[in-house]
Amino acid sequence: MNGYEAVIGLEVHVELKTDSKIFCHSSTAFGGAQNRQVCPVCLGLPGTLPVLNRQVVEYGIRVALALNCEVARFCKFDRKHYFYPDLPKNYQISQYDLPLAYDGHLDFRTDDGEQHRCRIVRVHMEEDAGKLIHRNENAKAPYALVDYNRTGVPLLEIVSGPDIRSAEAARAYLVELKTVIQYTGVSDCKMEEGSLRCDANVSVRPRGSEVLGTKTEIKNLNSFRAVHKALDYEIKRQISVYEAGGRVVQETRSWDEEKGVTVPMRSKEEADDYRYFPDPDLVPLVISQSWIDKIQQDLPELPEARRRRYRKEYGLSAYDAQVLTMFRETAEYFEECVRLYPHPKTVANWVMGDLARLLNAEQVEIGDCRVRPGQLAALLRLIDAGTISGKIAKEILEEMFASGKDPQAVVAEKDLVQITDADTLGTLVDEVLANHPGPVQDYRQGKTKALGFLVGQVMKATRGKANPALVNALLKEKLDR
Amino acid sequence: MPLKLYDLTAHELRELLTRREVSATEVCRAVFERLAEVEGTVQAYITLDRAGALARAEEVDRDLRAGRDLPLLAGIPFAIKDNICTRGLATTCASRMLHNFVPPYDATVIEKLNAQRAVIIGKTNMDEFAMGSSTEHSAYFTTRNPWAPDRVPGGSSGGSAAAVAAGTAVCALGSDTGGSIRQPAAFCGVVGMKPTYGLVSRYGLVAFASSLDQIGPLTRDFTDCALVLNAICGPDERDSTSAPGGTGDYTAFLLDDVRGLRLGLPREYLGDGLDEGVRRIVLEAAAVFAQRGAHVEEVTLPHTEYALPTYYLIAPAEASSNLARYDGVRYGYRAPVTGDAVDMFKATRSRGFGAEVKRRVMLGTYALSAGYYDAYYLKALKVRTLIRRDFEQAFEKFDLLLAPTTPEPAFRIGDKTEDPIKMYLSDMFTLAVNLAGLPAVSLPGGFLDGLPVGIQLIGKPFAEGTLLRAGYAFQQTTDHHRRQPALTGEILHAAGGGSPKDENGSLFPGEGRR
Amino acid sequence: MLTKAEVEHVALLARLDLSDEEKERYTTQLAKILEYAKILDELDTADVSPTAHVLPLQNVFRPDRVGPHLPAEDVVGNSPDEEDGFFKVPRIF
Repeated sequence: MNGYEAVIGLEVHVELKTDSKIFCHSSTAFGGAQNRQVCPVCLGLPGTLPVLNRQVVEYGIRVALALNCEVARFCKFDRKHYFYPDLPKNYQISQYDLPLAYDGHLDFRTDDGEQHRCRIVRVHMEEDAGKLIHRNENAKAPYALVDYNRTGVPLLEIVSGPDIRSAEAARAYLVELKTVIQYTGVSDCKMEEGSLRCDANVSVRPRGSEVLGTKTEIKNLNSFRAVHKALDYEIKRQISVYEAGGRVVQETRSWDEEKGVTVPMRSKEEADDYRYFPDPDLVPLVISQSWIDKIQQDLPELPEARRRRYRKEYGLSAYDAQVLTMFRETAEYFEECVRLYPHPKTVANWVMGDLARLLNAEQVEIGDCRVRPGQLAALLRLIDAGTISGKIAKEILEEMFASGKDPQAVVAEKDLVQITDADTLGTLVDEVLANHPGPVQDYRQGKTKALGFLVGQVMKATRGKANPALVNALLKEKLDR
Repeated sequence: MPLKLYDLTAHELRELLTRREVSATEVCRAVFERLAEVEGTVQAYITLDRAGALARAEEVDRDLRAGRDLPLLAGIPFAIKDNICTRGLATTCASRMLHNFVPPYDATVIEKLNAQRAVIIGKTNMDEFAMGSSTEHSAYFTTRNPWAPDRVPGGSSGGSAAAVAAGTAVCALGSDTGGSIRQPAAFCGVVGMKPTYGLVSRYGLVAFASSLDQIGPLTRDFTDCALVLNAICGPDERDSTSAPGGTGDYTAFLLDDVRGLRLGLPREYLGDGLDEGVRRIVLEAAAVFAQRGAHVEEVTLPHTEYALPTYYLIAPAEASSNLARYDGVRYGYRAPVTGDAVDMFKATRSRGFGAEVKRRVMLGTYALSAGYYDAYYLKALKVRTLIRRDFEQAFEKFDLLLAPTTPEPAFRIGDKTEDPIKMYLSDMFTLAVNLAGLPAVSLPGGFLDGLPVGIQLIGKPFAEGTLLRAGYAFQQTTDHHRRQPALTGEILHAAGGGSPKDENGSLFPGEGRR
Repeated sequence: MLTKAEVEHVALLARLDLSDEEKERYTTQLAKILEYAKILDELDTADVSPTAHVLPLQNVFRPDRVGPHLPAEDVVGNSPDEEDGFFKVPRIF
């Protein structure tokens, strides 16, 4: 890569999770039986007409604002023409010269901790196409089957500026974009279900050059890993073409995950000529300032703002702030706990540690977690009050996670209250000392490690309930006497 | 003279039905008997629905016997242009492409006629996908003008106009993109109205040029026109371009009084290219209005000559897009080919579309293609603005404009098929109205050599009431609309007739019905 | 002005296979129509805004509600070829 610089722009398609499609009342639910979520409109039957789903505009504006865009006061829908069997009208209703929003930016951080800003050129609304299933691909009579369930599912296309300079930055941009969109609540952004899709435009040029090299468009990037690997591969490929004195061909290439290479996509005869024109079946959209203001007010605090606040107000590390804000639900959970138990670092450790471990092991979303923030706060207060030890608290959390019970109830039921009574513990300590003369002698001969063993014996006798500090103190007192 | 039920108007039949002097079934049978007499000559229908029509008529009769109140169009026989979707009844657009297409849904106007309990006789012939002015571009056969079977009925709603004129329907629906209701109404001697763009829902009308298309009624007089308009107009949440708001009762405008109405005679519509006889009839009509107390004056619409080229850029551009969906995947014709999907698309579209449709798809594709958009399509949209402004200015001084509907009466079959521009010129007086989105109506204004001549009234947006008032008053003073073509029981098999229909009237026995 | 090559390109965009005779005919006819359209150039439209819609409508929406789907038999009922409720098409390129 020495001497070269990559120039990358990403086009991201996000499926909006409205209940119904963008121009008709068919369901957008994922995974239904083939062609069972269609109506005359999304099937493109002769005579049918589109009517715009208001929620799509609402969601679109939400994302546009979250990406710091200007929202158009006037926009319209255009028809984009190309023939393909998954496109029922053989045109896609999209937006051409007057998109919903433009001129935004997204800040993100790469794994090396460096901060980046990428421009957002435009955000526009359009309808999704159906799905093709290829049959007998390598046999004698290949054919394809078409399922139109996805046809008309609302999409936002988000086009970045050519501001990304590495495969890692492209991955980090995409992760941050996903996080921001999930915060706005308009999409699941599941790459594996296709609700977030990414195409990349990439070129390389000698470092320091202002001139752009010939770009290729990479498709079939189905995961964050694929984005990283495909771009890495493509950047190296283009450099090696130049190094060998060759020229990069402007073309569309597809990422082959198995082979780990990008390959040119077969295309037939056609030059792109989408023949855009304003869709006469739809009327223009005039977006008022008050509508924009209303949506702006309802936007949640976005991840980057939250991270800054966590570092500043809570004194958390950049890493902690990043992890806690990865999902809006996690951040909200964390903040609710902190509100009830104002020790951010302690809460962060529990949320990122024991709670995260339990959630991961059981594959539970934090929103569905049975331990509610109030209960976690109560647990932490029990530790502070000396009612339970930190070790016992971990056990209690597991029980709470399984049953949803309050920590106090678990403590009572299982008789887990910490023993802090000096007389009770004194008797136990005496028994332990009497039963283990060897270690006692070792200790007195200066092998202070033996103290740990003796503490362990007391803890064992109380099934962990003894207050460790008090046990320590009592043992020392009696041994040193 | 024995009462010929099929020759009555809807409001006359309504009287007889409510007085129980005739039954809806008798009316329906009378129309099918008339069909048996004259359809061999006229060939107005692509598909007949005898069973459905009789079932509806019997239903209406049951309710009449039970003394129930029925909507005003209950039991009235209707013909529906074959580009309006009817659930379970083939809708072919007179194209090979949709020869077997049976819509699983009803157009909004059909839902409304069904709510009226109207009797749908069948689906009428037209120029393929409504592109044409004579029905000669039907993929199936040419409909004959009931007044002169060697002449065209006009188009594209030629079948609907011919059916109303021939007595094989009492009322009809057509669609008008550049004159497709008014021009055949003029040629067949009936009343044909193109409402203001947005007054009638387009949901279920197979699109030709979306920004110009409107559904409208073809009837024998203005009372029927008002009744049908009442039934089919109004906002529709399934059509984003349908106008909001209530419309009121159009029959309230049927006043025999035009005093004080200001009528403009556009100079450009009375100049070159207009048949002398037609000009005389328009001026006679103007005299009738003046005599009845209207103020008639000349007016200018300076951009008139640009309407035709503007239209022939905008309409084909939209059509090329609207017709992209016909690819042999989801419905309609698929050419049997070996090869890939692109080969199938090309073969299907090349064989499924007729010459005129292909010509316009080519023209429209070209006008929208890279490098030409600004020069052709965008330019046309701008001239469209100038054409609209002409009308806006004229309507500052006038309530209505009076003009010829067509430059000449019905022409002979085959006269214009060789030269597309010659054919396009027969719409020269009707196109601008669509570009401006205005309401207009053609009504019988007189006869030339036994052929009806239409006069056209053009109104301000949503001033259908004024059109109805003027037209109604005109028909109270004149009787051109009462003349009927001399189509008797004898069957005049014209040369080159179409395919015979089966018992239920389908061109393709076994197809077209589910 | 309009060449046969342009007609062939347009035919490809429109997915039409034209015979040589059709290509010739459309080249002539379309050229004639486009020539006729040239009279629009007589008009100065520099300051004229285009009319895409005649009605001054804006912001026509439907609520985000799911309605009935088409019954299965109606979905593929008109299809030239289907398999298991899918639309069946020849191989894609």
